[in-house]
Amino acid sequence: MTDAQAAPVPSDLPRSRQVSENQCHMCMPIGAVAVFKGIENAMVLVHGSQGCSTYMRLANVEHYNEPVDIASSSLNEKQTIYGGEANLRKAMDNVIRVYQPAVLGILTTCLSETMGEDLERIVSSYVREKGISGIDIIPINTPSYSGTQSEGFWAATRGVIAYYARPTQPHKRINVIVPHISPADIREIKRILDCAGVSYTLIPDYSMTLDRPYEGRYLKIPPGGTSVKDIAEMAGAPVTLQFGTTCPEILSPGLFLEEKFGVPLINLPLPIGLKNTDLFVESVEHISGQPLQDAFALERGWLLDGMADSHKFNAEGRPVIYGEPELVYAFSMLCAENGAAPAVIASGTKNSLVAKCLSSLIDTTDEPPVILEGADIAAIEEAALNAGSNIAVGHSGGKSLTERHGIPLVRVGFPIHDRMGGQRILSAGYRGTLAFLDRFTNTLLETKYATYRQKIKEEYYNTGGI
Amino acid sequence: MEDSCSMPAGAVACIVERQDSILTAGESRARIHCADDSLAGSVSQRACVFCGARVVLNPVTDAVHLVHGPIGCATYTMDIRGSLSSGSELYRNSFSTDMQEKDVIFGGEKKLALCIDEVAEKYHPPAVFVYATCVSGMIGDDIIAVCKQASIRHGIEVIPVESSGFISGNKVVGYRAAAEALLRLIRPKEGETIEKTKKINFLGEYNLGGEKWLVERYLREMGIEINVAFTGDSTVAALKRAPSAYLNLVQCTGSMHWVATSLERSFGTPYMDVNFFGPENTAESLRKIAAFYADETISQRAELLIEREMARIRPELEKYRSKLRGKRAAIYVGGAYKAIAIIRQLRGLGMKIVLSGTQTGKQDEYESMGRMLSEGTIIIDDANPAELEKFLLEKKVDVMVGGVKERVLAYKLGIGFVDHNHDRKDGLAGFDGAIRFAREVYVTTCSPVWQQIRDPAFREVHS
Repeated sequence: MTDAQAAPVPSDLPRSRQVSENQCHMCMPIGAVAVFKGIENAMVLVHGSQGCSTYMRLANVEHYNEPVDIASSSLNEKQTIYGGEANLRKAMDNVIRVYQPAVLGILTTCLSETMGEDLERIVSSYVREKGISGIDIIPINTPSYSGTQSEGFWAATRGVIAYYARPTQPHKRINVIVPHISPADIREIKRILDCAGVSYTLIPDYSMTLDRPYEGRYLKIPPGGTSVKDIAEMAGAPVTLQFGTTCPEILSPGLFLEEKFGVPLINLPLPIGLKNTDLFVESVEHISGQPLQDAFALERGWLLDGMADSHKFNAEGRPVIYGEPELVYAFSMLCAENGAAPAVIASGTKNSLVAKCLSSLIDTTDEPPVILEGADIAAIEEAALNAGSNIAVGHSGGKSLTERHGIPLVRVGFPIHDRMGGQRILSAGYRGTLAFLDRFTNTLLETKYATYRQKIKEEYYNTGGI
Repeated sequence: MEDSCSMPAGAVACIVERQDSILTAGESRARIHCADDSLAGSVSQRACVFCGARVVLNPVTDAVHLVHGPIGCATYTMDIRGSLSSGSELYRNSFSTDMQEKDVIFGGEKKLALCIDEVAEKYHPPAVFVYATCVSGMIGDDIIAVCKQASIRHGIEVIPVESSGFISGNKVVGYRAAAEALLRLIRPKEGETIEKTKKINFLGEYNLGGEKWLVERYLREMGIEINVAFTGDSTVAALKRAPSAYLNLVQCTGSMHWVATSLERSFGTPYMDVNFFGPENTAESLRKIAAFYADETISQRAELLIEREMARIRPELEKYRSKLRGKRAAIYVGGAYKAIAIIRQLRGLGMKIVLSGTQTGKQDEYESMGRMLSEGTIIIDDANPAELEKFLLEKKVDVMVGGVKERVLAYKLGIGFVDHNHDRKDGLAGFDGAIRFAREVYVTTCSPVWQQIRDPAFREVHS
């Protein structure tokens, strides 16, 4: 996990202070929750105090506008002292009874990790003694004092793959591993793969479980998600495409498949931005052996046209971009290729390769961005003000950039709790990139048109000039 | 999957051990099982002790709220309440000691002390509340000692809040931790005497959507001043003047009864329960307060105010009542005082209550709730989504009143929803709030959206 610390990029504003002031990131288990919501017929149980699961439900519900059930072992004082096994067993009983899952993810919390609960042992003795069959219970360690939701997401994806993948007959289905993105983005990535005619196993696929059409029902476990059978066969895939250039090696699911089963790994940035989407499409083209230029010519052409139309407006943007490393990297490249040179690029996590990935950007820009890792919103605000940022790209945690400093925020990532439709925000592929670019440009224009008359009057008329 | 829950009609739980926490009004004389820890794996809607303490104290506007623990506890409660401030906005920041693995292993006291120093130097707050969490409690950090030393170092109040989340899954325990912290804050120094005034303290009022300000207007018109609210739009200095009050009003009984009885014991201040949700409750509360002052002028002013406001809102409420009459409502909220007030308000709008439940209600509160409800109404403690879904469908509910997690559930079932939670943005108290509440019930219950999404023709086309 030290790759990022060894990265050559110095930070202008290291967080030397100890206190975290308004958080940019969340805790490890919430990242793992998203992963289990993307596995077919899965339910998730958090081994800790009741509050952890309720807070994670709240954050998810506000973002996805869907019921997101997360069970808890509801530890109290007594069990914290004498051990939580009995509560965890009772919790598994009740979850299995009410939800009837095929897969049950069990996540640790700070509390159960500090207690030193041996999840593997508790689960295996439960399965043995109860004679559980037909339900795969998968323990994942997610102590939030060791990382953020990004690490939790990768750890759970890797954990689920490690649980199922077995040496298998080679087949033609490629592996596609996505980071913590919106259901709309997952659907767009799938659409591109479908257009290209390649078959694939995409994990974790919460595109239908965390964003459902209205059906007049509440489904305890909504249909959708990556099938367990497909995950088991990931070891026989010809290649893995992983959108995880910032993922530390120790957590990389794609690297696990490569090292353990010899599945070659192509690590790509998220297909957000022209060049990044080109990279994705070219990789798919290479894998499928089919030329794809024609299939995406229109979409790509519209994006190019949009880029030309708005480039002068975008050139006025000095964005501060913050959030989870994989998204932050992709949006930074998108902004840069449109002439909106990033002023500040920040992530709440310390364990990512984002700084390393950004080195080419830093080498090629006139005014290199300030890069912050392990940042809180206070540090991001300070850096944004120092760098003269006039637009922000990130999640709702940074709403104070607008409230306090008048820097408008283009909302992407997780969580979006103060606007509608976090689950539907589309930024991937040529279409998504153009949709994002329009949101970005129009945000700049909204500020400009609302203020330029007054501003110019102040500057040249009211102050009397020379 | 639904089969596991399709039990015969009536109050039947999906999990056997939950059975005693669900009653049907009129059918059973049994006592409801409540005020206990949540059942593991039941997917309770409850939060934790820390959450309870945080929501009670967070509206203290000029204090720093520092969470001593790993990041999650702070990040999930960042700017969590819709409480408004007339002055400082400091309370809206979420400070955390962001405990790392090494702090868990070697202890977090040193880091906590450094964090207090940093916030004290940067913001010069009159007080810092330091919240204990599961991990800091578990590893045995002595936050009381750290706070005491920091307080001496900086010459400000540094108040420990003993809110380790694992103590209980029940928020009420956290309310108690917050109450202890408040009492510690307002305790007069040795030898200090605080002169009594004719002003009142307003306990359990959080100034959501400016509710404290609205009630303050009413009281001012009657000739009564609010000393300080606990804790909506309060400051540390104002809270310290709490012992000077003539009377304590208690609104959110779950969070503040204990503070009121302590204040009575320590400072001889009497208290009374009030409730400003709904026009009748508001009128009754104003009369009760006026009667306490035994001042004819105050009572006369109260009557004039009530008459004027009632006359003003009556036609508007009548308009909504005509649209809502006979509609079926469900209530699932945090505390019983709120549920009881909502039952009354919905009844006033001509609606039928078919389900009423809370996260933290107590035995006697459920009993008085039961007396208000008609036969066949489901009463439920510490419900989970599976149970709520079952009763929402079975009871053919038109609208639900609850918190964020219940909202999406209702919408998925095509049921209207009224937000009555701690982060709501609109005031629902007083006479103005009664109209706002009625309007919200109306717009969601009678929204044209429901007809369209339930239209069978559409379903046929798409199925």
